[in-house]
Amino acid sequence: MNLDFGQIVPYIPFMLEGIWVTLKFVIFAIIFGFVLGTLLALCKISHVKVIGWLADAYTSVFRGTPLILQLMIIYYAVPELVGYDISPFLSSILAFGLNSSAYVSEIIRAGIQAVDKGQTEAAQALGVPYNQMMKDIILPQAMKNILPALMNEFITLTKESALVSTIGYLDLMRRATVVGADLYRNFEPLLFVGVIYYLLVMGLTIIGRLVERRLRYSD
Amino acid sequence: MIKVKNLHKSFGNNEVLKDITTDISKGEVVSIIGPSGSGKSTFLRCLNLLEKPTKGSVLVHNQNITDPKTNIMKIREQIGMVFQHFYLFPHMTVLENLTYAPLKVKGESKQVAQSKARDLLAKVGLTDKETAFPSSLSGGQKQRVAIARALAMEPELMLFDEPTSALDPEMVKEVLDVMKDLAKSGMTMAVVTHEMGFAKEVADRVLFLDHGMLIEEGNPEQFFDQPKTERAKGFLEKIL
Repeated sequence: MNLDFGQIVPYIPFMLEGIWVTLKFVIFAIIFGFVLGTLLALCKISHVKVIGWLADAYTSVFRGTPLILQLMIIYYAVPELVGYDISPFLSSILAFGLNSSAYVSEIIRAGIQAVDKGQTEAAQALGVPYNQMMKDIILPQAMKNILPALMNEFITLTKESALVSTIGYLDLMRRATVVGADLYRNFEPLLFVGVIYYLLVMGLTIIGRLVERRLRYSD
Repeated sequence: MIKVKNLHKSFGNNEVLKDITTDISKGEVVSIIGPSGSGKSTFLRCLNLLEKPTKGSVLVHNQNITDPKTNIMKIREQIGMVFQHFYLFPHMTVLENLTYAPLKVKGESKQVAQSKARDLLAKVGLTDKETAFPSSLSGGQKQRVAIARALAMEPELMLFDEPTSALDPEMVKEVLDVMKDLAKSGMTMAVVTHEMGFAKEVADRVLFLDHGMLIEEGNPEQFFDQPKTERAKGFLEKIL
């Protein structure tokens, strides 16, 4: 085996561009998944049973089927149905966001339920309305406890983002295969983007640690 | 100020409160005592609807709070509550704990809320702790902050649910002292407690609960010296 990284040098800018292409939809997907996941979590702890069931059903479907299948359905199948030609970018955000929200909602639900019930009672006794109590008192405490689990989910999403190469989205992964096909050498470009994925995840890990440290001020 | 009529509370098949009728008038300090499991805390928690009574009514200022049409949030603003385990908001400083509800619920300005909070902190002797987080306080300090937090809403009635039961013995006094001052200032108080000394010294009236029933009520001297019922006698013999 003789690795020759010299040959991929001309392709490096092309592959580096993939970082931003990947990050662009990952960031949107994370935010979308987080917001939707929080709303779903609030539905799950709702006293209105029907709302809770709907949220549970949602989670069950999106957790129970492969992400790549969801991606394909959104990109290939839905346009057949509604006639709207959805872009790979938008499909990716939708598929990853919807999928991630199912996992995030479970993490947040567990986090909310782990906050001492006395916190709710103390807020109620002060006359604090439900929405305000959730926003200012329960969720901040829940977030602090579930941050490691959330970071895990975000890291998984970042890595799994490579799946979007299957619908022709020119992300990091796709670019590596394009270069590989061009050079008839796969090892070097794949290794190259492998390192980049690893660095991205390391970056996320460090951000997570910093946020965690910041939130620990009150301990 | 508070009228309790034929109050019942069940958890499933377990009837915790059986037909309790009593009232608390303005400025009165009422101690609720009884063996554990007698329903004392549940009774107290029915007064601000943290527990929903199964039957009967609780009238606050002649408003039936068990009526679904009553805005319980408005009523709770007038009723402060102090818990056994403090339940301070751990992610907020002491000052923020005190100002949160006045700011968000009453819509007070930051300036007013903060200056009132500082006055209260001075009253409970914790002026130097306003920027501290609850986790750095001792149990006694936490409970004093919790009392100040409840008082910051300027309630007309204060409920205390075993406020000293979770404290180390040497910290009980500092909390009781704050409560005594509060009683002297004319606050209406309902106190579930195991501190018989406090009940004797500060309370205007004692309610003795056992097995969910209000067995005996009366002024403390009479209750502690000459309890009328056998059950009260038996209870007092065990603890005094």
